[in-house]
Amino acid sequence: MTQAPAVRRPKRRILPLVWLTFSGGGVIAAVFLPVLVLLFGLAFPLGWISAPDYAHLHAVVTNWLTRLVLLGLFVPMLVHSAHRFRYTLYDGLQLKRKLLIAFLCYGAAMAGAFASLLVLLSMR
Amino acid sequence: MRELSSIFIAWFVVFLMRLLSAVGDSRSAYDHFLDWASSPLVVALNVLTLVFITLHAVTWFSLTPQAMAVQVRGRAVPGSVIIAAQYVGLAIVSAFIFWLVTR
Repeated sequence: MTQAPAVRRPKRRILPLVWLTFSGGGVIAAVFLPVLVLLFGLAFPLGWISAPDYAHLHAVVTNWLTRLVLLGLFVPMLVHSAHRFRYTLYDGLQLKRKLLIAFLCYGAAMAGAFASLLVLLSMR
Repeated sequence: MRELSSIFIAWFVVFLMRLLSAVGDSRSAYDHFLDWASSPLVVALNVLTLVFITLHAVTWFSLTPQAMAVQVRGRAVPGSVIIAAQYVGLAIVSAFIFWLVTR
């Protein structure tokens, strides 16, 4: 994931920062999400494993290091998702309103990033 | 197909934000969140999410050697080693998170 193939495709001017965040988010989603979906999405709600005690979970997630790490996980994943969804719409559905789609996708990612910042800051 | 994983990644980030917001709020909000998360629709969505995230992880790992050429002492690291290293990373992160939330 060193660089985008900018030389071969000069027309597609992907901002290097977006590309880097995209691939970072892809790695994060691949490495962190499987266990989180399994635990918090299925095992805890369905009682396969008893859900973590409130006080313990509260202590873990309100730790400032945890908040920082979570922000560092969420934002790249949102950018990754938006970027990939954008190209799914272009290539899969052959949509033409490219500028509008890009604006909506990255706009949603930015809104999500802002929302996650608010959530992480407002936890008591 | 694997491109659709993007939707499920976004969904689960939202799901985690709801969890955090509930835990940050109160014990009863956390209980309420767990109730909501065990409703059939959310469970069904999370089963799909697990399938797509797994698909994403497997395909992403297997593409990494093509996107990233790693060299050690001037010699190219074989793709299989890069792929294996990512699965080791996945195992370590999973074990750590499991330990952190269930201890």
